[in-house]
Amino acid sequence: MERILNIQELTVSFDGFKALNDLNFSLDRGELRVVIGPNGAGKTTFLDVITGKVKPTKGYVQFKDRSLRNFSEDQISRLGIGRKFQTPRIYQKLTVRQNIELAGNPHKSLFGTLLGKKSPTNQRQVADLLGVVGLEPKADILAELLSHGEKQRLEIGMLVAQSPELLLVDEPVAGLTDEETAEVGQLLLNLSADHSIIVIEHDMEFVRQLSAGLGSQPENRVTVLHEGHVLCEGSMAEVQKDPQVIAVYLGSEEQH
Amino acid sequence: MLTRILRQPVWREVIMIGGVVLLLATAIPQLLYAIGQGFRVGLLGRFMALGIAALGIDLIWGYTGMLSLGHGIFFALGGYALAMFLLLQLPAGKLPEFFSLNGVTELPWFWQPFSSLPFTLIAVILIPSLVAAIVGYFVFRNRIRGVYFSILTQAALIVFYNLFNSQQKWINGTNGLKTDSAMFFGKVVSSIEVQWLFYLLSLFGLVGAYGICRWLTGGRFGRLLIAIRDDEPRVRFSGYDPTGFKVFVLAVSAALAGIAGALFTAQSGIITPNAMDVSFSIEMIIWVAVGGRGTLVGAIIGALLVNFGKSVLSEQFPAFWLFFQGGMFLIVVAAVPDGLVGWAGRTWREWEQRSSRKSATYPQIDLDENLHREKTQTEKLHNSGK
Amino acid sequence: MLSGLITSLFGGISVGSVLLIAALGLAIVFGLMGVINMAHGELMMMGAYTTFLVQNVCKGTFFADLYIFPALILAFLVAGLLGFLLELTVVRHLYGRPLETLLATWGVSLILQQFVRSVSWQFMIGIGIFAALYFGGNQLLSIDKSAKFDGKKLLLTMIAGLAALVICNVLGDIFKLAITQPWFGAQNVDVTAPSWLLGGLPIGNDQLPATRIFIIALTICCVTGVYWFLNKSMWGLRIRAVTQNREMSSCLGIPTERVDALTFALGSGLAGIAGVAVSLLGSVGPNTGTNYIIDTFMVVVVGGVGKLVGSIVAALVLGITSYLIGSDSFAPLLSWAPPLAGFFTFFSNSSMAKVMVFSAIFVFLQARPAGLFPQKGRTVEN
Repeated sequence: MERILNIQELTVSFDGFKALNDLNFSLDRGELRVVIGPNGAGKTTFLDVITGKVKPTKGYVQFKDRSLRNFSEDQISRLGIGRKFQTPRIYQKLTVRQNIELAGNPHKSLFGTLLGKKSPTNQRQVADLLGVVGLEPKADILAELLSHGEKQRLEIGMLVAQSPELLLVDEPVAGLTDEETAEVGQLLLNLSADHSIIVIEHDMEFVRQLSAGLGSQPENRVTVLHEGHVLCEGSMAEVQKDPQVIAVYLGSEEQH
Repeated sequence: MLTRILRQPVWREVIMIGGVVLLLATAIPQLLYAIGQGFRVGLLGRFMALGIAALGIDLIWGYTGMLSLGHGIFFALGGYALAMFLLLQLPAGKLPEFFSLNGVTELPWFWQPFSSLPFTLIAVILIPSLVAAIVGYFVFRNRIRGVYFSILTQAALIVFYNLFNSQQKWINGTNGLKTDSAMFFGKVVSSIEVQWLFYLLSLFGLVGAYGICRWLTGGRFGRLLIAIRDDEPRVRFSGYDPTGFKVFVLAVSAALAGIAGALFTAQSGIITPNAMDVSFSIEMIIWVAVGGRGTLVGAIIGALLVNFGKSVLSEQFPAFWLFFQGGMFLIVVAAVPDGLVGWAGRTWREWEQRSSRKSATYPQIDLDENLHREKTQTEKLHNSGK
Repeated sequence: MLSGLITSLFGGISVGSVLLIAALGLAIVFGLMGVINMAHGELMMMGAYTTFLVQNVCKGTFFADLYIFPALILAFLVAGLLGFLLELTVVRHLYGRPLETLLATWGVSLILQQFVRSVSWQFMIGIGIFAALYFGGNQLLSIDKSAKFDGKKLLLTMIAGLAALVICNVLGDIFKLAITQPWFGAQNVDVTAPSWLLGGLPIGNDQLPATRIFIIALTICCVTGVYWFLNKSMWGLRIRAVTQNREMSSCLGIPTERVDALTFALGSGLAGIAGVAVSLLGSVGPNTGTNYIIDTFMVVVVGGVGKLVGSIVAALVLGITSYLIGSDSFAPLLSWAPPLAGFFTFFSNSSMAKVMVFSAIFVFLQARPAGLFPQKGRTVEN
């Protein structure tokens, strides 16, 4: 199977502090991978490096066999990597529809944005997406008026509108109710049918839901980060059995 | 047919603007002359020119969130370009007067092209926008924004002020260029005919500038500007490179300031480096803030109101104008951040809601300003506690 | 020629020193709150006017020659208090909106400029009456102070304002010039340095003016004081903590609001001290602050807000280069290369020197956009 993402010996240090330390990671096309790890394990920095926000001190990130080192955030985004932030970051003063339109705009250059015409397919795509994330009734109100859960879904919608090949999703269910969590989980699993996805998550119940996959799909793998490198990788069951993981992460989690 | 046209917002707006333009071009000046306030017509023309600059400020500050404290540069560049043209309307072989006082006997090379009207017209627009684009590119490329951008524009302002102020020999330094006694197509610039021409030019310039800004902010491009204002880093992750957009908007805004400077200079009869005074550039911001940032009409209304207020108040109480202006900054920023237009809109909606007396249904609650304000306030509390 | 170079260098250092005292306060506040105080220059001006007043009070007394020391303390207190009030009434309410803060503080700077022009006994009495009526009225009618500005408050403001205006005019008619005479007026006033600062230290044919030596010493004291305060005191620790991570500090129980107020007052107080230094260099006027403020901003931009040493290096470099260029110290050294010498001669007055230095800053920022010592870590850009 083709590798969509390949990371080798990646190190990022801030003033001597190594947020990522000799990290190796790879993702196959079409895979959904959940990344877990305790606070300070380097999960967000991991996404920062892939999306070009932070440049690696050492090592490299390859997306479809192409090194991302010399690309800026917006170029990487146009190459086909989309990112959802931990706290929902949407454009508050635009309507829900405008948010999705802006993310899904096929002409992202200056003059393309200024002069490009809206194509009917484009508009249909926006309408479809509004349906997928369940925000049709609120399509024309300002995004700042949405509830937290709706904002989370809107941001996922914006992410998909960019039609990326690889989706990076950072804690999509933080602050959601159980019901909303299940909905978002279902949404991500549906998307995984034709996207490669990395989900970073804290909520173990949600991780179980994702790793179990949809009925016919094979089980999804889980990667555990600890102190900037990969501690363990495998199915949920394998990870849960790993003594190292129990020591640093799950152990403390289950004592509660 | 007519009713169908009237129902379309675009046409309603066009008709309304047409009406206002007609009034400003005919009845209002006549009325002012009739009540013996004829000099206010001249002021109105100048302030409409300033309104063009205010539109430019609104474009970059109200929509894109970039607070430039250096728009005096572009205003002055436009003003100087036109002044140089006017001063060169002389019999062949003669030089503008101040040159002989400074011992210059030959026209400097950078003056020469300004004897042509087409070149000057292009220069009024292009020179300011080029300067803005160059400065903007080097600032935005390095992701310098927010207060840093403001301070740097102010530094750039000082650079240009000092440059113009100390070049006595080439552009008459502190004294600036006086244009009122120059000739324009066989008429003295300060004559009523020429002044009326520039009044009309300012009026149509303002309408044109409004149209351009309306077009820029109306569609997807305008929404991207708002997105840049609210969360610039996020825009990058949506696949846009904000640098190009910001450079472009800054250049358009500078061009508008340049046009404003040229029109203003022709009507005030002089351009000096004082147009690059620190306080003048910040005053431009307050015009927009008073009128209502992020609304184009607000920028124009603000420019007219504040400047008329200034001319009346500083005639009556010269000492208190600065107190008043200072107070205006404080009040507008702290109490009415959305300006007069925003305030009027809010009041109108409240009144409409009260008069309709319908019980609020769910989507209305969501859209209700007051409830929403409560919600954002609690959110703010929540955020500041984080 | 060597002694000439030394005096030039010395002149540059002394210019840099004034910039440094002024920029210290600005840099600390900017680092902590991300706020640029446009009224910082006017706080300097208030410090300079305080010096003028103290000098006049001390004239002819035993302290005549020592007035500078009480002036330093008073200037610090006056500017610090003003800064404290500014933070309390304006800056605090605009938290997280740096551009708005910039505009609001600009408004304050306009008011302060006009204040020193128009202040007279009549003016002060007017303000006193207004304040008494307004706040007294508030108390009497028991209006909730924190409530929104409504019709009742507007009416009260108008009544108080009108009463103050009438009383002032009546008083002005009765006492005439005795109370209408402005304290300072729009003209510049002069502060004469104490007699022991009038001489200088001879070096070769030139001499180093004692006032400038004093200013350098004063700067060293201030920098040491601030360094000690930030690094060794409890409040300094809190300030550094909030600067690095506001949320976390707040969670750890640091009173961030009080830290803000204190820092703002401290920064403003330093502006007051800078004002004393400025008053020794030339006459003092309502525009004194405006002349310094942008140079001071540039120090912050070049130095970065990560470390104190950034401001020190930036202030000295800016001070020295602009002084050397402005006083045409390069051209004689470059006589072997006439075009280059001519280039420097073109910039050889203080305003053209500014053109060159500021342009150089733009170039410098291409290499170091966040200044010499940027703040590092994940929190810098979100």
